[in-house]
Amino acid sequence: MTAAAVPAGVSAPVVKQRRAFTAVLRRDLLVTWSELPVFLAQVILQPLFLLFVFGKVLGSLGYTQHGYSDLLFPGLLALTAVITGMQTLAFPLVIEFGWTKEIEDRLLAPMSTALVAAEKVLFATLRALTATAVMIPVGILVLGSIPWRWSGVPLMVLAMVLGSLLGAGLGLVLGTLVVPQRINIVFSLVFTPLLFTGCSQYPWPSLSRLRWFQIVTACNPMTYVSELMRAALVPDVPHITPWVCIVVLVCSLTVLMAIGVRGFYRRAID
Amino acid sequence: MSRGTASDGDRAVTAVEVSELVKRYPKSTVNAVDGITFAVAPREVFGLLGPNGAGKTTTVGMLTTRVKPTGGRAMVGGVDVGADPVRARSMLAVVPQRSNLDRSLSIRRNLTFHAAYHGVSAAEAAARADELLEQFGLRERGDVKPDLFSGGQSQRVMIARALMHEPQVLFLDEPTTGLDPAARLFVWDRLRELRERGVTLILTTHDMHEAALLADRVGIMDHGKLLALDTPDALMRGLPGSSTLELSVHAGDNGHSPESVIDAFETLPGVERVEPLPSEDGQDPEDPHWRVRLYVSGEASQLIAPTATLLADRDLSLSGVELAEPTLEDVFIHLTGRTLR
Repeated sequence: MTAAAVPAGVSAPVVKQRRAFTAVLRRDLLVTWSELPVFLAQVILQPLFLLFVFGKVLGSLGYTQHGYSDLLFPGLLALTAVITGMQTLAFPLVIEFGWTKEIEDRLLAPMSTALVAAEKVLFATLRALTATAVMIPVGILVLGSIPWRWSGVPLMVLAMVLGSLLGAGLGLVLGTLVVPQRINIVFSLVFTPLLFTGCSQYPWPSLSRLRWFQIVTACNPMTYVSELMRAALVPDVPHITPWVCIVVLVCSLTVLMAIGVRGFYRRAID
Repeated sequence: MSRGTASDGDRAVTAVEVSELVKRYPKSTVNAVDGITFAVAPREVFGLLGPNGAGKTTTVGMLTTRVKPTGGRAMVGGVDVGADPVRARSMLAVVPQRSNLDRSLSIRRNLTFHAAYHGVSAAEAAARADELLEQFGLRERGDVKPDLFSGGQSQRVMIARALMHEPQVLFLDEPTTGLDPAARLFVWDRLRELRERGVTLILTTHDMHEAALLADRVGIMDHGKLLALDTPDALMRGLPGSSTLELSVHAGDNGHSPESVIDAFETLPGVERVEPLPSEDGQDPEDPHWRVRLYVSGEASQLIAPTATLLADRDLSLSGVELAEPTLEDVFIHLTGRTLR
């Protein structure tokens, strides 16, 4: 024990930290699993209704053109990824830091504080990916058929991952900035504009007729997830070039994560 | 081998070592903790006593990696908390004042997941959880979620949880504040058992009774400074003339006046001064008593025998003795000029 402890001294904490990280992730997955119906209802209901009303009802009544649902569906995948990632991370984080203090037991686990934040991001990303994947059969069910190209799947998966991470990054920033008393107002101020300026219901290039709104939407990083998703699934619809989307998203992620992790440290350590 | 032994040796000397520790919060003009120094030996129960805002919780926060020191150094289990917080977290456990239990998990899972965070194997964690749930009277409630638990029950679960990774040092912040008397006694009993098991305990409290009862040594804090540090007995003994001994004496009829006996008492070593007390009302006129109070510097009980001998030499007899010891509250008042609360 004594002789081995000296050379192991360098690597032992790494092993310990990895164990702590996986245990915390296992805890989060277990809790999600035990609340699976709630989780699914929470993530599916909103996009389901958007899909149903805008894709099915308005189309059937003749208020939208044929093919609008093909344009909407990739946008809703993007929306689900971003919103689920954000909600999964931000709400519990505000409550845990500000009210239940549940996070303390994890902050006192033998792992660096940055890893506790990283676990939150990974878990939110996994939940967002799951929710987005579930939207595919839901889309088939509601719309009858969805736009699908096997050759577009890798780009679609990339858009899902970047969108989920983007949501997690937004959630980390919000979750560490907001105090519990203001959670309602901040979320309505952030959530609704994010939802409707992210190009999930319309393609960005078509906004050239509404120049000011095109500029507003260009500032919402979710726009680039929607556009990337369209490039993958409906390449015939005019969209922003994928590499531009990827560059913007990677830059946004870097900035959000840097701010979010800083905020996390500020909340975790006085 | 030799290095390992040496570090084990270090660990045996101090469980916690704090030197010149300072914390100033941003935007504050004063130090919340203002250069405190102390060491706690393994297996010791160390109490930090002081009013709210004295800096106790901030001190514990720094020792448990949750508050970043502005200056000075803190070591827990031989690990520099500031330099290597990750390793320090393996050495310690914290029981906070308010419940921070995981509300999404059952009590048992609160325990086993805590162990998992600390790298304890699943089989080992299950065995320890069984043992601790039993010990803390929670065996029947293992599958319940902690939402509806009372303060006392949450406190028990949190202490059990803290022990799951067998920490060297256990920090308890106001462990019995807000608990009913029965729950308080239960927690005190468990803490005494922990000391028997060799866990070093550091507790903060503003309850001097609790400090005197549980702690081997007490540090008295106020305004971020450590004003005194010693065993509760030594702190109280150190108070000049605050122990008293009240004696009732059969007056008798052998010519000794109370005044002459008082003069004689004052010559006894340890007696600082003696005051006659008014006689009790409703005294039996056939059997008169008189009463005196002795202010002593040491332990009052040690003067019972000498005073009894002195009276016997004069054919007087002692009919009643009452001891009054100073409390830690008196010590605090003496040090700060204020009461604790």
